Amino acid sequence: MTALVTATDLKRSYEVKQGWLRPPAHLQAVGGVSFALDAGKTLAVVGESGCGKSTLARLVTLIEKPSTGTLMLDGVDAVDPPAGAAKTLRRTVQIVFQNPYGSLNPRKRVGAILEEPLIINTTLSKQERRAQALDMMAKVGLRPEQYGRYPHMFSGGQRQRIAIARALMLRPKLLVADEPVSALDMSVQAQVLNLLADLQRDLGLAYLFISHDLGVVRHIADDVMIMYLGIAVEHGPKERIFARPLHPYTQALLDATPGLGRKRQRIVPKGELPSPLDPPKGCVFSTRCPYVTDLCRTQRPLLRPLDGRLVACHYAERFLDTQAA
Amino acid sequence: MSAEVLKTPIVSQPGAPPHPLSQFWSDFKANFGAVAGLVVIVVLILLALFADVVAPHSPIVTNNAVFLKPPFWQQGGSTAYPLGTDAIGRDILSRLIYGARLSLLIGIAVVTLSVVTGTVLGLIAGFFRGVIEIVIMRLMDITLTLPSLLLAIVIVAILGPGLMNAMLAVAIVLLPHYVRIARAAVISEVSKDYVVAAKVAGAGRLRLMFKEVLPNCTAPLIVQATLGISTAILDAAALGFLGLGAQPPLPEWGTMLADAREFVLRAWWVVTLPGLAILVTVLAFNLLGDGLRDALDPKLKR
Repeated sequence: MTALVTATDLKRSYEVKQGWLRPPAHLQAVGGVSFALDAGKTLAVVGESGCGKSTLARLVTLIEKPSTGTLMLDGVDAVDPPAGAAKTLRRTVQIVFQNPYGSLNPRKRVGAILEEPLIINTTLSKQERRAQALDMMAKVGLRPEQYGRYPHMFSGGQRQRIAIARALMLRPKLLVADEPVSALDMSVQAQVLNLLADLQRDLGLAYLFISHDLGVVRHIADDVMIMYLGIAVEHGPKERIFARPLHPYTQALLDATPGLGRKRQRIVPKGELPSPLDPPKGCVFSTRCPYVTDLCRTQRPLLRPLDGRLVACHYAERFLDTQAA
Repeated sequence: MSAEVLKTPIVSQPGAPPHPLSQFWSDFKANFGAVAGLVVIVVLILLALFADVVAPHSPIVTNNAVFLKPPFWQQGGSTAYPLGTDAIGRDILSRLIYGARLSLLIGIAVVTLSVVTGTVLGLIAGFFRGVIEIVIMRLMDITLTLPSLLLAIVIVAILGPGLMNAMLAVAIVLLPHYVRIARAAVISEVSKDYVVAAKVAGAGRLRLMFKEVLPNCTAPLIVQATLGISTAILDAAALGFLGLGAQPPLPEWGTMLADAREFVLRAWWVVTLPGLAILVTVLAFNLLGDGLRDALDPKLKR
């Protein structure tokens, strides 16, 4: 069976103006990311701010076009869609944003927000649209009397439910969730995550779940991809990566999550995230890695299979006998 | 289940936040000046609408018997001409009442014209960044650099004097304000996630502009439009005073002032009363505009 989403070597760079005398610099936001995602599965993309995970979300949602690379959605080329397929593609993938206060039009009632995708993409009658909207509200745990309310009357968690409902109105197969719970408080996070899990089970959705919170990722993901400076440094099944992280950056991320019973010494990366305008020549993590050698500084390690996952570190074997906390 | 659900009436819960309109009204009510302005404007609108019934005389019929008759409380005045007559025996009260018609018409028509044009230009500038934006905004900046009345005079001089041309000139003079406000509001709204979400849902450009973004840009435009009505009335009166706006015998307040210039010392009422009418109307619109701004802008709420 072919995967629902296949991304191959996706790259996206931006031109950054540096004044009129100097030539514009190239900022590589996403520097060659590949992954495959099956229906009903969740791929979590993890990384700190500025590592390109939101750009990846925008590429997969077709908000932006990749500079190079290919993206297949449900067997259709999404970068350069064949004639007539653009509209179907739009219905294949939808997005939920991080901030539920900015993602809902404050001048529209919930019903209008939910029905808008149907108005644009279908020829359903008013009654049918309303029935579908109410149906979807019930699915995400909103009450029918909330149909006529404005977004400002809802709490953050409820707004995120509305945003999820809107994303699902067109019955997409892939839902890109760009940090969907990081703006919510802890108790509400759990509710929304459980809702996402229920919807995945009922509707067979695939999730591309962008997050910086490893606790959330551990809860929801099947596969995990760790990104650093626009490239994937480790990518594989959740159990493997959480049990035994093989990239020093993954180890540092896991160490940074608060927890009890630490077995290994903490890895604390030195210094700051390098500027994406001027990435390190060798391994992207070489400026901050505690195990750095001359080889790391000169030669960029490629993703290679090891211990059931892909890892981009010259010395990954060294960590095979360690155990994560 | 949906049949059952559909029958459930949409009721508002007790304790739910108040409807935005009632919230707006309670904020607006708290501002005494704004309510006073609103009352004055409502009275003016009623006077203008029912001028034919309310006015004791025709605004243009002259009466040879009563040149420069003072108001009724002064020696020589009579209640037949409550606010006196002008140099050719026309009733000032009637002219003021009919003048309200013209002034309100000028204010509303001018502002409507420039708000609509300005908003569309601002939307275009905010949506299509780049060359189109630069062309529109630099043109507006050039318009703004010229003193407004001078520019209006130039435009009327080119088009020829008359009420319609004066209104057009004032509309052009006011245009840059609306373009700038609309563009600024559009730019801040376009970057919000709900616009991206609509794009992902497949919304076309026109839908994004007019259905998603525009409704969220209305508050500053409404405020500026209300304040703009007073500017329009004032500028049109100034053009009328200079003889470039409404032409006699139209009872336009600015034109009335101009006609009465030479009687300033002999008959104070001929100049003072139209001046007062302009003052009160402009003040009322300014107060209303300030009140609207305070009530619509959450940052200014007490």
